[in-house]
Amino acid sequence: MKLSRWLADRWVMGVALLVLGYLSLPIMVVAGLSFNRPANRLSYDFNEFTLDNWLQPCATSDMCDAVGRSMLIGLIATVVATVLGTLMAFALVRHGFKGRAGINGLIFLPMATPELVMGTSLLALFVAAGVPQGFWTIVIAHVMFCVSFVVVTVKARLAGMDRRLEEAAMDLYASEWQTFRRITLPLVLPGIVSAALLSFSLSFDDFIITNFNAGTTVTFPMYVWGAAQRGIPPQVNVIGTAMFAIALLLVGASSLQGRRARRAALAATVPARQTAKSGS
Amino acid sequence: MTALAHVPTGSGQPAAPPASRRGRSRLLPYLLLLPGAAWLAIFFALPLLQLAAASLYDSDGSLATGYDMTWAFGNYPEALQAYWPQFVRSLVYSAIALALALLMGYPLAYAIAQKAGRWKNLLLVAVVAPMFTSFLVRTLAWKTILSDNGWVVELLRDVHLLGPDGRLLATPAAVVLGLTYNFLPFLVLPLYANLERLDPRLLEAASDLYASPLRAFQKVTLPLSMPGLIAGTLLFFIPATGDYINAQLLGTPNEYMIGNVIDSAFLVRLDYPQGAALSFLLMAAILAIVFVYLRKAGTEEVL
Repeated sequence: MKLSRWLADRWVMGVALLVLGYLSLPIMVVAGLSFNRPANRLSYDFNEFTLDNWLQPCATSDMCDAVGRSMLIGLIATVVATVLGTLMAFALVRHGFKGRAGINGLIFLPMATPELVMGTSLLALFVAAGVPQGFWTIVIAHVMFCVSFVVVTVKARLAGMDRRLEEAAMDLYASEWQTFRRITLPLVLPGIVSAALLSFSLSFDDFIITNFNAGTTVTFPMYVWGAAQRGIPPQVNVIGTAMFAIALLLVGASSLQGRRARRAALAATVPARQTAKSGS
Repeated sequence: MTALAHVPTGSGQPAAPPASRRGRSRLLPYLLLLPGAAWLAIFFALPLLQLAAASLYDSDGSLATGYDMTWAFGNYPEALQAYWPQFVRSLVYSAIALALALLMGYPLAYAIAQKAGRWKNLLLVAVVAPMFTSFLVRTLAWKTILSDNGWVVELLRDVHLLGPDGRLLATPAAVVLGLTYNFLPFLVLPLYANLERLDPRLLEAASDLYASPLRAFQKVTLPLSMPGLIAGTLLFFIPATGDYINAQLLGTPNEYMIGNVIDSAFLVRLDYPQGAALSFLLMAAILAIVFVYLRKAGTEEVL
């Protein structure tokens, strides 16, 4: 009995690690290929080690232009979507209003609709309305599919918040604005920040919806798509590896900070508890 | 919190807000909702109506001359007839990919939720880590992994799972493998969130009552994980069916899915009525499958 359970435990963990290997294989390949000098333009095989790709990431200047454009689009779309989505989340968690089911549907549906359908329908609208496609139609589309994710993320944070903290502030004669500025906002901020990061990564990486609404504007995913037919410059893998490293650093930093904050909070409450105990 | 309990709570009952403020606070939720809701109404809902209209345009028109609205419902059977193989292929590929993803994703989610101990967060990061880098770049990496002179193909040739000239790239297997890989995290995360709340004492109780591990899984773990399983399957299946990046980069026109056809209808052939009709057929197929699946899964959960 004990042995079979021991085996069952190890068996599940073993499969899990194999699957994680499958999931991380492509990233390792991307990192490896970023140091590759390909045999020819259309070859995807590892050929020869070189640092050139990292030393001259912008050797193909189209690619760096596309990366810059993607970052700008991501930035604008993130700011707009985060503001719109956060306002909606506050309304949904903190206020009663008529038509809640309709609003919930409007927020949920974009997350359940295939990207293909959202992309083609926006294209149909822009063409019917005579709107020329380009940079701003991409921004509009990205805000559209990011808003729902912002609402969901901020809503989760707001719903888990202790209302008594705000009540305490109000009891201590803080005005509505002061309470919001000093209590509510700092407490919700982690939710808003993760919503913004999620929006940026969704926007930066979007291909399908962008492809239908870009006109002749080239974002980084659009560039990779086009280059896949002509031959991929190895610098694409440099960008891929750098993106991965930056995201990993952000996650590491936030978890470290979270741990530090938790430790600080613990350190602050322990003496408080002790004094409370001795007082009573 | 303990400290707060000692703080005198001011005047006790807060005074009722003055009438003008109450009027404002009734309007406030609508003001907060307006910009976001308007954006979604104009750029999500309205386009769907326009797409529905475009699918009924006269298919003899063109982008240059303009389309006439002729309520051409015939566009639907025509489009389906012309691209039936791609349509079926989309559903079959994503169904196989889903089956593979369940086989891999369930043990993974279970191990992280129940067995990982203090490594839990690290393993979770490893699950989402692929999404840190570009979807297209990752998919292209599979071209290297599955390449004809790569070690995977050589290994499979050595053990005679592939013929001496057999290949993986540009085959259905490559496309299905790519789909499985790309959408696996979407299946694992909701499943993990669900399994994390599974009380291990329930499994101990099952084993105390002489249930084999397999039986305990069937009777306890699986039924309790149904909500996570349903959410994960849908989050996997919906984008996988509509995907055409994997078919384009890892396959050939023989592996093209409905997305490839819709892409070319809108961007290459400029046949908007057909592209619109196919988009709606895709959405209808997905909605129908989701609906049937939710009903079936729902009853199983009750049983």
